[in-house]
Order: sequence, then structure tokens, then C-alpha cells
Amino acid sequence: MDYLALIGSVLTLIGTIFMFLAALGLLRMPDVYNRIQAGTKASTLGSVLTLLGIGLIQPDWLLKIGLLIIFILLSNPVSSHVLGRAAHHKKVPMSPKTVLDHLTEDQTSTKN
Amino acid sequence: MIYLILLLVFGLIMIIMAFTAIHHKNLQVAVIASGIISLLASVVYVFLAAPDVAITEASIGSALTVVIFFYVLNKIRRSNDQE
Amino acid sequence: MINTLLSVSLLFIALSFILIIIRFLIGTTVADRIIALDVLTVSSIGMLVILARMFDRVIYLDVAVVYGILSFIGVIVMAKYMEKSL
Repeated sequence: MDYLALIGSVLTLIGTIFMFLAALGLLRMPDVYNRIQAGTKASTLGSVLTLLGIGLIQPDWLLKIGLLIIFILLSNPVSSHVLGRAAHHKKVPMSPKTVLDHLTEDQTSTKN
Repeated sequence: MIYLILLLVFGLIMIIMAFTAIHHKNLQVAVIASGIISLLASVVYVFLAAPDVAITEASIGSALTVVIFFYVLNKIRRSNDQE
Repeated sequence: MINTLLSVSLLFIALSFILIIIRFLIGTTVADRIIALDVLTVSSIGMLVILARMFDRVIYLDVAVVYGILSFIGVIVMAKYMEKSL
């Protein structure tokens, strides 16, 4: 029983380290789209690991924590997708290292 | 000790965000800064052992106020486009 | 042991708050600031759940659930305003 709590606290620490790496990527990346990529994916993994760790420490709360995990896994990719589409619609400039832009190609090919 | 450090960090961030909300030229940035103030105020209420006040602050200050402000900004932009 | 590890976790989340606020202050476009708000929300949900364990009260989880649902609506409204389709 004590081992379960220890495993849970180590999982919580790993999850918060992933959240810190998400914030670092948000600060260091050169571009809006790279920032969406770094921030959202790493913070989703970190928050899910943190919630699982707390659920292993306190097994009575596992129902509510499962609801929270399902909601984060559903809502976070949707919001990042909507943000990326809005930024592309507003023509936020890309970094000079960008090599591929499928959305602009699709829009111009359907107009012609 | 760690609670004191966290409360000091949150207070500093809230003061910086308040100055940003007052002095920034762009209105959307000011509204987002007030939303961040409300988020951190909710976390501080949880620290001070008042979860019902934290739920009210999170639902009204950080969701409803921001949504109404963006609705009004959209109305203003649309009326400016028509003239 | 468990309380020490959870305190170190809280310090990591506070450090990530500081980095996100720096990105908010120097961010060049509005989209950068909306991304900063999104990541800040997810980090604060993790912090609320850790605080619920450290104070040992189950009602703090309700604050996290309410916050997750309502901030999602806020980010969607901001993106729709940027796309001019609100």
C-alpha cells in the first residue's frame, strides 16, 4: 500500500517536470505554430500524469479524477486546433525555417 | 514556508498583470490579462481555504466576464466596419 | 517522503508560471498570449489537484472541474473572435 503512494508521488513529480518543459518550450520556440505544438502536447501529457499520480496516492478520489482526465484529453487538442486555424486565418507570419504549408496549398487549389 | 513562497509569486504576478491591463494599447490583451488576474485570484482563494469563493470567482471572473467583453468588442468592430 | 516530493512538484509548477508570464509579457502577437493563457490554465488545474492532496479535502477537486470546463469555453470564444466568425 505504501509502495503505491510512492509510485504515485514519483508520477506526480514526472508530470510537473513535463509541465515545466512545456513552459520552457513556450518561451524558446521561434514561431506561433511551434509554440502551439510544444505547449499543448507537453502540458496535456504532464497534467494527465499528475492527475494519475494523485489518483494512485488517494484511491478514493479516482472517479472524479477520471472525469477530469477524460475532459482534459477531449478539450485540450480541440482548443489547440481552433487556435492554430485562427492564427493561420489571420496570417500570422511563420518562421523562415518553415518548409511545408498544406493548408494554403489546399485553399488555393480549391479556389482555382 | 513553501505556501508563503507560492503566495508571494502569485501576488507579484497579479500586480504585473494589473499594470499590463491598464497600460496596454491593444484591448484584447487587456481583457486576457484581467482573465489571468481572476485565475490566480481563484488559486489564492483555494490557498486561503475558501473553495466556494474560488468556484464563484472562476466561473464569473474568468469565463463570463471574458466572454461578455469579447462579445462587446465584436459588436464594436462590426459597427465600425459598416460605417 | 511523499510530502517532500509533492512540495518539489509545487515548486516546478510555480517556475513554469513565471516562464509563461515572461512569454505573455514579450509575446509579439495576440495568438501567443492566448496560448499562454491556455497552458496557464492546464498548469493551474494540476496545481489545484496537488493542493487537494496536501490539504486532504476532496471539495478542492470541484474547483478544478469547474475551471477546466469554463476556461475551454473562453479559449474557443477568443479564437472565434480572431477568426471573425463569432
